[in-house]
Amino acid sequence: MASAVAAAQMAEWDSPEQIGLWSDAWMRFRRNRLAVVGLVIVILLLIDAFTAPLLVHLGVIIDPIKQDVAHIEVGPGGFGHLLGTDELGRDTLSRLMYGARISLTIGILVQGIIFVIGGTIGLTAGYVGGRVDNLLMRFTDIWYAFPDLIFVLVLVSVFGPSLLSIFGAIGIVNWVNLARLVRGQVLSIKEKEYVEAARATGTPPLRIVLRHLVPNALGPIIVTLTFGIPQAIFLEATLSFIGVGIQPPTPTWGQMVNDGYQAVYANPSSVVFPALAIGLTMLAFTFIGDGLRDALDPRMRR
Amino acid sequence: MACATRSIPGCGAEPLVTSGRPELSDALLQVKGLHTQFPTSRGLVRAVDGVDLEVRSGEVLGVVGESGCGKTMTALSILRLLPDPGRITAGQILFRGRDVTAMSPEQVRDFRGNEVAMIFQDPMTSLNPVTKVGSQIEEAMTAHSKFSQQIAKERVLELLTRVRVPSAERRAQDYPHQFSGGMRQRAMIAMGLSNEPALLIADEPTTALDVTVQAQIIDLLKRLNTEMGAAIMLITHNMALVASLCDRVVVMYAGRVVEEGPVEQIFSSPQHPYTWSLLRSVPRVDQARRERLVSIEGLPPDLSRLPGGCKFHPRCPFVEARCREEEPPLAEVASAQKARCWVLMRTLGDNPQDRIEPSAARATLLSAGEADGAVG
Repeated sequence: MASAVAAAQMAEWDSPEQIGLWSDAWMRFRRNRLAVVGLVIVILLLIDAFTAPLLVHLGVIIDPIKQDVAHIEVGPGGFGHLLGTDELGRDTLSRLMYGARISLTIGILVQGIIFVIGGTIGLTAGYVGGRVDNLLMRFTDIWYAFPDLIFVLVLVSVFGPSLLSIFGAIGIVNWVNLARLVRGQVLSIKEKEYVEAARATGTPPLRIVLRHLVPNALGPIIVTLTFGIPQAIFLEATLSFIGVGIQPPTPTWGQMVNDGYQAVYANPSSVVFPALAIGLTMLAFTFIGDGLRDALDPRMRR
Repeated sequence: MACATRSIPGCGAEPLVTSGRPELSDALLQVKGLHTQFPTSRGLVRAVDGVDLEVRSGEVLGVVGESGCGKTMTALSILRLLPDPGRITAGQILFRGRDVTAMSPEQVRDFRGNEVAMIFQDPMTSLNPVTKVGSQIEEAMTAHSKFSQQIAKERVLELLTRVRVPSAERRAQDYPHQFSGGMRQRAMIAMGLSNEPALLIADEPTTALDVTVQAQIIDLLKRLNTEMGAAIMLITHNMALVASLCDRVVVMYAGRVVEEGPVEQIFSSPQHPYTWSLLRSVPRVDQARRERLVSIEGLPPDLSRLPGGCKFHPRCPFVEARCREEEPPLAEVASAQKARCWVLMRTLGDNPQDRIEPSAARATLLSAGEADGAVG
């Protein structure tokens, strides 16, 4: 009996579980129920965004720019419109489903711009240090001092309200936080002993950056970018709401709220549903961000 | 040949460009008059203040001294890994005749790992937590062009086996957090040896490990030294480690070498009062407790405000007038043994501790209560 226990223990010592860092993180992520709910919502939204045109083509949903002039501002369920129609007789459900395309594209792709700009500036400042660091960080401070919305408004009105200029504008406004985060991470990681050990074995600087600094800073970066998604979605909705976002007739959630709110008492559904969509999407990404933060925290690593 | 009659330092200072000339000693690494300084707001910190030392090929050299006497800074200077704002302000570091202080950054990068490797004190933090152990060792090799990618892969297993990591093949796929402290230090040693350096600098390699693991690591270092022929510069304040592993020992104090020589000679007849005090502060099992374990009173000097004369004089029990005025040179005191002292222990008779009665009496007084408690 005792020997069996000892043998089992020996076996345990001999072969610790073979778990990679990412599968380990995934295990911890899965334990967070809200995060999983968020992930499911986001996956559904993504499926919706990819398949919306196909569904229109197959006749499952109505074309979002087709006007049903006989049924303007009908409530949910009326005349074949599951969520009603807006003031031009367009189907709210299909516009909502199309709107997800814009929101998700902006939300996610803007993070790419933020990652490139913020990551490069933060990494350079943190790794090179000294005068370069000072210069880049003061530049970041100045950038930070501009009010976001006004800055975006200026950029969009200069370059015109195209999808590309809105991408650019939101990205250019929001890289500051990531740059600061990356710099801080790099400053602490580059003093770690394993970086010194790598330098002591003659590892070239670029390789130290790519193999040691970036992978170790990746967790917090992913979390920040995930939290950045709802922010970008909200900023895009705000732009659409005030009329400088994506131009009609392309349906976006912000625009739908804008179109609907004038008749909010007569036809609340055309405001409530897009507002819910924005809220739910933001919440879903925030839950995911929370889950990732816990899952990728190096202190939680076993 | 004219050199043979002259003093060796004069000879070594000559450029070693003429090929075919027989080497005067089999010195692998020669550090000459090394000064490393840190300009800080509190003033200039002289971390290394004129160190001369030599590591011969294949030997194990112990570098001992209290914390903050420049051991680690000397090692980091050799690899040009000084943290900011540290600078080598004077001196030469000759590795196989090439001056490390004059190398370009590119040359230094190639020198590190390839010719001199270093292992650090804390194996828990010396490995990148997000990279597999095997690929970290592999990377140390592919950073240089000594081994091809394919051979590097194969060598990882060979090295892990050599440092006695069980089931190396599977362990190479593990992340550092799956390794115990002793295993990580083995992996660090494997990484250090991966490019077959001629010199391995081990900076307190066992301090962070528990005692049984320490013994294994020491054993491993000893075996690697004989098997692979790599010289080891062992930085430590553990006298037992020096006695069991080293061929020669260098004692450092306040950024300079105060005594050096073969291990047996230093342990049996230390000439510098600092070395003598260090040895007296180590408990010994092989001798009856004839004398009380003594600590060296005071602290090492502030390296930004060094005392005049001999740097040890404020703490030295045998201090003389001359010690306060003039710093002694590192002079030969016996064959192969040098010490930086005006007094020298051998001039103090057989029982030098009797001469420090007042202070010893105070030490007795201070520790009497404690000792009684321990015995009772």
